[in-house]
Amino acid sequence: MEESLEVRILASVAEIRPELERLKALGYDFLVDLTAVDYPTRELRFELVYLVHRFADESRIRVKAATGDRAPSVTAIHAGANWLEREVFDMFGIAFDGHPNLKRILLPEDWEGHPLRKDYGIVQMDNAWVQANLGIESGQ
Amino acid sequence: MSTVLDANELVLNMGPQHPSTHGVLRVILKLDGERVTGLDCVIGYLHRGVEKIGENRTYAMFAPYVDRMDYVSAVSNGLGYCLTVEKLLGVVAPPRAQITRVILTELNRIASHLLWLGTHALDVGAITPLFYCMREREEALKIFENYCGARLTTHAFRIGGLQYQLQEGFEEQVRAFCEMFPAKIDEYERLLTGNRIWRDRLEGVGILTVEDCKELGVTGPLLRAAGLAWDLRKAIPYSGYERYEFDVPTGSRGDTLDRYTVRMEEMRQSVRIMKQAVANIPSGPIMAKVPKVIKPPAGECYVSIEAPKGELGYFIVSDGTLNPYRVRVRPPGFLNLQALERMAKGALVADVVAIIGTIDFVMGEVDR
Repeated sequence: MEESLEVRILASVAEIRPELERLKALGYDFLVDLTAVDYPTRELRFELVYLVHRFADESRIRVKAATGDRAPSVTAIHAGANWLEREVFDMFGIAFDGHPNLKRILLPEDWEGHPLRKDYGIVQMDNAWVQANLGIESGQ
Repeated sequence: MSTVLDANELVLNMGPQHPSTHGVLRVILKLDGERVTGLDCVIGYLHRGVEKIGENRTYAMFAPYVDRMDYVSAVSNGLGYCLTVEKLLGVVAPPRAQITRVILTELNRIASHLLWLGTHALDVGAITPLFYCMREREEALKIFENYCGARLTTHAFRIGGLQYQLQEGFEEQVRAFCEMFPAKIDEYERLLTGNRIWRDRLEGVGILTVEDCKELGVTGPLLRAAGLAWDLRKAIPYSGYERYEFDVPTGSRGDTLDRYTVRMEEMRQSVRIMKQAVANIPSGPIMAKVPKVIKPPAGECYVSIEAPKGELGYFIVSDGTLNPYRVRVRPPGFLNLQALERMAKGALVADVVAIIGTIDFVMGEVDR
């Protein structure tokens, strides 16, 4: 397995904004994707993964940073990060500081739990929400 | 212009059960008279947790699930997923499989664009094109059906190549489609391109510039219509796309009419690619050497393809076990839909319908 792209691992989440700004000035002005991976055994359990693209030579750089449940928002640098950060917040429970409208995007706003965390089971759900809003005992 | 009623902002709820929102999209419109002053998209009604399911299935078991995301271009979804796992495994599909993949994905691009054209035209008031588009889409679906037995959620490819040999008459069927189809595109254009109502409804509506697209992560026909000739099949070629001759159509104004023109031309280019591919399908194996139990070494990779709607990417993290540790899908529709607010601000309510149609998203993919 080999990937022909550069991977940069940042020392802390505080470096995300300056790093993406630097890259933007170098022409990496297109945020392709923003997501997270959960490693519950690590001290900082989440890893944020950013992928930026430069149209001039079609090159891409992946930027990664470990974080707990808070991270700075990059919406001021890439407006498209708005929904992507909301999805990460929804699925992992990472709060982005400085996000203009941080609320759940795919799940109902009053849902409890963050499904893409590793400790969230595949059939687990917010039973109280399901019973109150759908009028059924369980979704299973 | 000010009236006594100006102080009252009208909030109008559109969807999720609204025929022009193409599935279950809910848009909350803030209106000043007929003008949209702001809007809020509410999505997630079709969320099934595809990424979570991926972590709980083996690599091969997860493949059919990806078809259910963008279900009108299931072949593209499958291609992206197979390419990503192949990259993790370090295998490359044999030439015969690659060419077959190109033919089927281009055919799928046509099928997807036809559904877009038919419903988009229907949304702005032209009923006839829908029937015409469905008629030709049927021919494309028949080829899928003959090949793999399914019409919509095809699961056409396997990790490492193809499961099925090409059936007898496959090449003739594809050639017949390529012969028949360009004249049909002319037919649609005769109905629409010069039509005054069509032009009035589309011209200057929902403008998105290249800068807007870059800022918001918008890809696919929307980006090309804004004027940037960027297509992953050219930019970062996969499956041997660098061997085919085709043009990347672009627009100049980035309005709804440009997006229409770009997609029409894309269908012509897809026919061009299919003709080149079907003319030299090599013989040989259709599967690379892939172990029975797929267990990629630990690592991560991101592979993206030019799906009919834009950049479709898969980011898979492997920890060396039977199941992926993390599967992230970068859906083009999700990011393209985010641009709806910028496109619709200042437009009329009726234009919102046209703009939703022109983005061409499928909620199954937006919500996953």
